[in-house]
Parts: sequence; structure tokens; C-alpha cells
Amino acid sequence: MSLRAQAAPPVELRPEGSAATGLVQRAMQVRELGIVAVLALVLVIATIGNSRFLTGQSIRDMLLDVSIVAMLAVGQTLVVVMRHLDFSVGSVLGFTAFMTGQLFVAHPGMSIVLVIVIGMLVGAGFGVINGALVTIGRVPALVATLGMLYVIRGVDYTWAHGKQINASDMPSAFLSLGSGNIAGIPYLALIALAVVLVVGAYLRTFRSGRELYAIGSNPQAATLAGIRVSRRSFLAFVASGTLAGLAGVLWAARFGTVDATIGTGVELQVIAAVVVGGVAIFGGSGSVYGAALGAVLLSVIASALVALKVPSFWGEAINGLLLLVAISLDRLLQQRLSALLRRRRVRHAA
Amino acid sequence: MSGSTTLLALNRATKSYGAVHALREATIELRAGEARALLGENGAGKSTVVKVMAGVHRPDLGTVVVDGEPVVFHGPQDARDAGIAVIYQEPTLFPDLSVAENVFMGRQPLAKARRIDRRAMHRMVADLFARLGVPLAPEQPVRGLSIADQQLVEIAKALSFDARVLIMDEPTAALSGSEVDRLFGVVRTLRDRGAAVMFISHRLEEVFALCDTVTVMRDGAITHSGELADLTPDQLVRQMVGRQLDQLFPKEEAEVGEVVLEVDRLTREGHFVDVSFAVRKGEIVALSGLVGAGRSEVARSIFGIDRRDAGEVRVAGTRLRAASPSAAMAAGVALVPEDRRHQGLIMDLSVERNATMTLVNGLTRMGLIRRGSERAVATDWTARLQTKVHRLSDPVSTLSGGNQQKVVLAKWLATKPRLLIVDEPTQGIDVGTKAEIHGLLSQLASEGVAVLMISSELPEVLGMADRVLVMREGRLVAALSREEATEESIMFAATGQQMGVAA
Repeated sequence: MSLRAQAAPPVELRPEGSAATGLVQRAMQVRELGIVAVLALVLVIATIGNSRFLTGQSIRDMLLDVSIVAMLAVGQTLVVVMRHLDFSVGSVLGFTAFMTGQLFVAHPGMSIVLVIVIGMLVGAGFGVINGALVTIGRVPALVATLGMLYVIRGVDYTWAHGKQINASDMPSAFLSLGSGNIAGIPYLALIALAVVLVVGAYLRTFRSGRELYAIGSNPQAATLAGIRVSRRSFLAFVASGTLAGLAGVLWAARFGTVDATIGTGVELQVIAAVVVGGVAIFGGSGSVYGAALGAVLLSVIASALVALKVPSFWGEAINGLLLLVAISLDRLLQQRLSALLRRRRVRHAA
Repeated sequence: MSGSTTLLALNRATKSYGAVHALREATIELRAGEARALLGENGAGKSTVVKVMAGVHRPDLGTVVVDGEPVVFHGPQDARDAGIAVIYQEPTLFPDLSVAENVFMGRQPLAKARRIDRRAMHRMVADLFARLGVPLAPEQPVRGLSIADQQLVEIAKALSFDARVLIMDEPTAALSGSEVDRLFGVVRTLRDRGAAVMFISHRLEEVFALCDTVTVMRDGAITHSGELADLTPDQLVRQMVGRQLDQLFPKEEAEVGEVVLEVDRLTREGHFVDVSFAVRKGEIVALSGLVGAGRSEVARSIFGIDRRDAGEVRVAGTRLRAASPSAAMAAGVALVPEDRRHQGLIMDLSVERNATMTLVNGLTRMGLIRRGSERAVATDWTARLQTKVHRLSDPVSTLSGGNQQKVVLAKWLATKPRLLIVDEPTQGIDVGTKAEIHGLLSQLASEGVAVLMISSELPEVLGMADRVLVMREGRLVAALSREEATEESIMFAATGQQMGVAA
């Protein structure tokens, strides 16, 4: 038995352990701080290039632009944290926006609160279908929600039949919801902020909120920990749909003109915002604050490029680049960390 | 100790996965204040016992009994609510979350309005770690922790809800000596306070250090149950392996020729270290050891699926390029992988397409596959291996496990390999087909093929191999000749027991 392994001397691992944690923590901070830094940089450059960039009206416009995407990004975060995706939000938004116009055309005196509630309920209904397809039907979220994107849009087109509904068909109280402000801050931005804060607090401080991260981090372990994985996934899709429904109603209030094409492609902006905001597409990490910051960054870049009179093509290219950088960073981080873990494991075993 | 109450028991529990009987009428009682060892070879059914007790699986027949009452666990949560904590072989943690959240997931202490009381949670986890003597910070993320530290988090989790029953499935595999001592100290305290403990380990010295009673399993059934003090390590090992060698192994004498495969100081970080051996023409060499000892990883590295960090592989004297399966195939190496459903076959493709997968480039004209040649090759090989196929165009998923394995073998034999590596060649295969596959391997060796066989089944190893290499924890720890190799000598090497204890 000369080939028997020698007993391993105990290996002290603490210093390495703390180094690894330090790395993780640094990486997380860099992620959120990175967005803020890039944001500041863009603001400085744009202000230097165009002195009117940071004036009251221009800021208000930017806030209005970002509010709806930020709201959708919050819903999307709930889904992405569990390793799913919701591509249907653009169509849900379009559908409820047109529906809002139709409601006012059919019932001119309708209560604004009721319209908002109906919009959210319809959005939730689409979320129920998405959630059922994914959790009961076991259809991958990508496929299920992509299918829903087309189905809802198709229904929308059939219903609208080329019709457009204008601001004159909607009550002015409703329209002021989209353009009015308190102390210079648009209502829309306040609503979006409220959504971000409420969902952010939910994800941080409630058991069920933490369970979403657990599911995304390790689905098998989540099952073993007694977490009802399907129920949580289902409810996340419902929440994403509900927020998209709300966003649709607010979209109608903001622009006043609705037809069947509204919100086409918004889902890609939303997913881009979420990823740029540091929500890992592989699930388990990221926050709605990050996602909202991502939405702000992408929107500010778009406005800055307009202010600097850069052709709009570059806006899309830069958004794409940011997305790639964010995802590569994610990937790189993951690999570095697992490599680190492996090495430490061997040293331990040897 | 027999007077103490039974907290958790399985009563004649039976569980099958398809045709495989993982558990046959198993009865185990875990009593308050008692630590019971559950022993058995790989695949004896220990993990199934754990999963049934943990509420992950429900028994097909028989019952789970808690405090004398039969219960049905609808999921892991039910088992946890009954006070059963399970520490699995592989840590089941959330890498993105903090240590404290991992300990308390789903049971976080709440403050007003059902909000999580983070301060209380961190304090409780810090207390637990102090009790365990673990220098981990509650707020640090689990990603980046060593496996040993992760295992300690699992233990803290079990402690955190004052488990009445603690089940540990090889918790010590990744722990160092002092960590094991500390763990055992905690477990003894729990036991002395009246918890029931079930402990699974391949390290017999740990079993003797911790346990009072023992249950031994073999082939899904319980073969022995009693006081541990009545048994010597030697008797225990015999209980675990004690099987009759039957006529399953028609080993033919083969002429052993020149060296075909030379593995020189092969190392892959985190999996195996410094592995050297050779396989000659006409020889069947078995690579034995416990699951997780690094055997399959060595095979994967030789074939070039996984990269290697150090060392060299030579086939017929020529160095093999690292991390290149196509180079290995060109050199005449064939690998029949362990997981035939995922790695060996493409389940939705036809039998003929699967059987000719390795030859595709030889069967084409101007880049297009010639159906005629494909069918001819597939017909030839499936007939030679007596594969029971309805139609060659049927998807391979419609075949039985044994016939699927024959298709995998056909696919590789069609390349006329010099060296055939088979990983668990007869896992989940019925006895008749098993004997056919053994006959085939033996025949190939006599035709001059070098065979490297990985197997967890000791009778198979003893029946087929000319030499037996034993791995433990990533290292080659023994090289036994056919004469030296016995079930006992292999198990002793694989578990790290001293040979001197054996009779």
C-alpha cells in the first residue's frame, strides 16, 4: 500500500476566503457605482456641449421619458431575477394604452381611477397567461412571452383596425396626469419612483421577496428549502403584466394619441435597462434600483445625443455597446469567481 | 438505548426509478439520543433513504413514520416542519445571497409588518457560528466560500431550527480533520440533548467515532442493523460488499502486448492530482473507487473533453494533444461515457444516425451523408452486438437501457479503437445484457484492444479486470493485480482504511 495518500496537513484558508469576498463585494459596488459614474460623465459632457441640457424643462422631459421604461424595468427585474424573461411587456403596454383611449371614447365620463384599475387588471390577466404557460405548461419563458408579444399585438391591430384616438377624446384631467407636476417633478416620475421604492423594499425586506433571489440563485436548493418555486415564478409574471398595464394607461395620458403600434420594441429597451442596471441575466442578483438606474442611464444618453446633435443611429449603437459591456462583465465576473473557487477547493483537498 | 423513543422511521419503504429498485422494503428507525450510521456501497440506496426521509421523494410502498404516526411528506417543507434537517453531500446553498440569508431562507426572523429583521437574523447567525467555532461573517455572500465553509453553513442551517432529527449524507467529504472534530462535537451535543442522528460516510473511522448503531444496505435492501460496538471494521466492510461472484463475467484469457495508453502525472485542479498509469494491448484495467473520487474526470481528461492542468497522455507512444476529443479519436481512443442518455446518445435521433455519429466524415460524398452507407454500417454493428431494434430509423429513446448502451458501443467500435474507455458500462442495465456487454469487452481485449473500465460495481471490477487501480479523493492510492484484488482490498483502499485491520 505504498501508494496510499498521505494525510493532508490542515490548510489555513481564511485570508483567501476574505480576499474572495472582498472581490465579490467590490464587483457588486463597482456595478452600481459604475452606472452612476457613467451617468455623471454623460451629464457633464452633454452640459459642456449644450448649456441648455440641464435646464428645468429638459430635465422634466427626461424624467417623463424614463418613467415608463423604469416602471417596466421594475416588473422585468422580478422576472429576470428568477432566470426568466418577459418579452410581452411592450405589447401589453400597447394594448392597455389603446384600451384606455377606447374606454374614454365609449364612456367619456369614466372615472380615471377606474381606468387605471382596469388597465392594471388587463395587464395582470396577460401576466396570468404568461405565468401559466411557463409554470404549468413548462414552456421556456423566452418562447412563451415572445409568443404572447405577437398574439397581443395581433389582437391590438385587429381591434384598432387602423384607428387612432386623439387627446381630444380623453378628459383633460386624465391628460394632466401625464404632463402635470408637483414642484416641478412630473406625476409620472413620482409614480415610477413610488413603484421602484415599494418593489425595492419588498425585494429587500420580505421573505417572499428574498425567495425570488433564492430561486434565481439555485432553483434546486430553493425546492429543497421548501420554497414554492412555481408559485413565485407565476406571481412575478403577473406583477410584470400588472406594471405593464399601468404603464400603458400612463402612456396614453402622457402622449394623448394612441393607436395599435404603441410600445413596439419597448421590451428590448426594458431588458437592456435591466441588464445595464446590473440584474444578472442568469438570475439571483441585482436590484430594482439598479434596473431603474439602467433605464435612467439609457434615457439620458439618448437625450444627450439629441442635445449634442449626434445622428440618432449612434444612440442605438451606444445602447447596444452598453448592453454588451454589461453582459460581458457579468460573464467575466462569474468565470473569475468560479475559477477562484475551484483553485481554493483543490488546495483544500490536496 | 433501545428504550428511547423512535422519532423518525421508514417502515418497509419501497422506491423504484423506472426499472431500477432503489429501495426494497427498507425499515430504519432513528431513535432519540442515538447516532446511527447508514453504510453501503455506491448505489446501495443510501441517498434514496435520505431523499424519502427529507420529503423529496415519496415511497411507492411503505410509510414514513414520525413520532409513531404514519405521515405523508408533500415536500421538503413538510419534513422540515417535522423537525428533520438534512445536510446533503453537495451543499444546497444560494451563492448570490449572504450566509445569514442562506441559513434562514424562508424562516427569517420577522419584525413589525412581517418585515425581515436583518439585525436579529445576523445576530442569531453570529451566535450559531460562535457555537460552531466558525469564523464566518453573517453578511458575507456564499459565493467564494470553500466547500468546507459551505458545509458549515449547512450545519448552521440545521442547528438554527433545533432539528430533532439530523440527517447527514457524507458531510465530511470536504472537511479537514479539525473541522470534522468540531462538527462531531456539535453533533454529539445535539444527540445528547435528545436529537436523533443519521450519518452517512465512507470513512469508517468517523463512523466508529460518532455512531452508536449501524444499518448496512446493499442493492436497495437492508442487510444488517444493530449495535456498532458488536462489529469490527473488517466485518463492517464484509457486510457492505458480501456478494457471491457468479458466472456474469466470462473473462477470456488475452495476450498482453505493448503499452497503448500511458498517463503521466496527469492533474486537473479541483478534480485529481498526479495520476500515472499505463494500459497495455489486450488488457482490461479497472479504475475503481468511490463516487466522486475523480475516476470519470480522469477519463474525460484523457479523452480531451476536460482540459488538464499538468501531465501528459501518450497513446501508442505519441503525445496526445490536450483538450481535443478529435485528436483522441484520431489516435484511436473511444470513450463510452457514464451518462449515456445525455452524453452517449442523442435521444431524439434515429438508431442508425446515433450508431454512425463517430464515422460521419467517412460516410459522406461532397459533404452530404450517404444514407446507404450509413444504413449499411448501422445494420452491421447492431447485428454484431445483437441489439434488439425494431427499425433502425426509430429514435434511440425507444430502446431499453441495455440496447441503448449497445448502440453507444456500436458507435465507438465502428471506429476500430485501439483504446476503449468505458465509464460504468453496465449501470442500470438488466442482468442478461450485462453479461453480453461483459462478454463483448472481454472479446475485444482478446482481439488486442486496450480497455480502461471505470466501475463502481466491485463484482464487475473483480470479474473483468486484469489489474485494478483504486482512486480516493483525486489520487491514485492503490494498484492491485488480479490476484491481490478482492472486494475487501479494494474497499479498504477506496475508503482509506488500513489493510492491517483486515483478517
